[in-house]
Amino acid sequence: MTGRGHRVVITGAGTINPLGTDVPGTLEAMREGRCGIGPLDIRDVDRLSVKIGGQVRDYDEAAHFNRQQIALYDRFTQFTLLAAREAIGQAGLEFTGALADQSGVVFGTSGGGLNTQDENYRAVYEEGKNRVHPFIVPKLMNNAAASHVSMEWNLRGPAFTVATACASSNHAMGQAFQMVRSGLAPVMVTGGSESMLCFGGVKAWEGLRVMSKDACRPFSLNRNGMVQGEGAAVFVFEELDHAKRRGAQVLAEVVGFAMTSDASDIVTPSKQGAARAIAGAIRDARVNPDEVCYINAHGTGTAANDKTECAAVADVFGHHADALMISSTKSMHGHLIGGTGAVELLACIMALRDGVIAPTIGYEEPDPECALDVVPNVAREARVEVALSNAFAFGGLNAVLALRRFPT
Amino acid sequence: MTQSTVQERVIGILAEQAVLEPSDVALDMTLDDLGIDSLGLVESIFAIEEEFDISVPFNANEPQASDFDISSVAAIVTAVQHLLADQA
Repeated sequence: MTGRGHRVVITGAGTINPLGTDVPGTLEAMREGRCGIGPLDIRDVDRLSVKIGGQVRDYDEAAHFNRQQIALYDRFTQFTLLAAREAIGQAGLEFTGALADQSGVVFGTSGGGLNTQDENYRAVYEEGKNRVHPFIVPKLMNNAAASHVSMEWNLRGPAFTVATACASSNHAMGQAFQMVRSGLAPVMVTGGSESMLCFGGVKAWEGLRVMSKDACRPFSLNRNGMVQGEGAAVFVFEELDHAKRRGAQVLAEVVGFAMTSDASDIVTPSKQGAARAIAGAIRDARVNPDEVCYINAHGTGTAANDKTECAAVADVFGHHADALMISSTKSMHGHLIGGTGAVELLACIMALRDGVIAPTIGYEEPDPECALDVVPNVAREARVEVALSNAFAFGGLNAVLALRRFPT
Repeated sequence: MTQSTVQERVIGILAEQAVLEPSDVALDMTLDDLGIDSLGLVESIFAIEEEFDISVPFNANEPQASDFDISSVAAIVTAVQHLLADQA
């Protein structure tokens, strides 16, 4: 135990997202700077003005789940279960006895079962049907994914879902971190999932007029908005001694977390709110700011976020801001909204464990208001001791995680 | 639809957004003068689209990139008139 409690390590990771159907495939895509964004293949796409997205392609639910499961699992739940299978499989944990009673699940999502809502509103309003499938409520509820993971792996301790828009996953993983650190749970399965790429989901975002119609180009002067993505990532957060006793392989250590609220505007980001969260995570981690070598940016590709985020980083780090690397992998997988922080944590693990920094692709023109090393277009090798992952949500809710390299 | 009614209707929309009387909105005023911020602008454009049943090309990330000139009340009125003419 340290002064703040137990040390917390990541012993398993899993994902399905526009870049890959598992962690190795996703990290390979990030190393190669591959783009998972393309033309949307969804119903009524011709009535949308935004026609691109980071979709999980060639996905066949019947290849993974049986008919009874599909009746209960919205796409966001399916993604979560697939990612959890990989993560818990890698961790090599079986939850029985006291471990099962104490271990839990906390996930982030913003839209929950939005596809299920969209399909069934269509059925009752557009098609005039007067009857829907009996399981629509348990299928669409935001906690469905957390509940199904708890059921499938016998996780009987704390289990819940956090919904803070684009910061949901980081808030969820922050909770998991604090619960393991405080000794409340020896293991927490955490992360997030989102599947909003349906007609209603994209139409709502169109209304804000912040979406790009061609590409997500974070920090580039010619950026013109965000692109939505979908998918999930799941991690096993485990108390270090527990992991050591069973000889588990450690991917990285989680060392700090902070959350702040701008308390100012429902959509416009605040430099101060972001800076307080970044500084708070560094303080909580008890690391020197100079040790932070890499930041996985929120980096949405909107005019407002990217310049505000760069200004916040410059404020917190001073001269060191010019030495550290900051990249946005949303350029490759899109903005997974409530699931985004989870998928982006994979880039932090790659930086810490493999010494590879994922690039910001689509970078075409320097923006004087984003004058940091954004690792443009090509991945880079670097030894990273400490990495941060930023998430700043609509509603002014900011959540930043700090991770440290775990010596192998 | 006569030119003056387009102007009156656009001014009516901007006035409502700015919480002003239409008589307080002058053609040479900018959105800044009216106190309409970026969110207010997005709402105003939505209201214009609904009022005239047109589609306004506008991305809040690059307001200058659009043909839809928002530099003043008069410019917005002219831009709406052009869109209506294109549609006719």
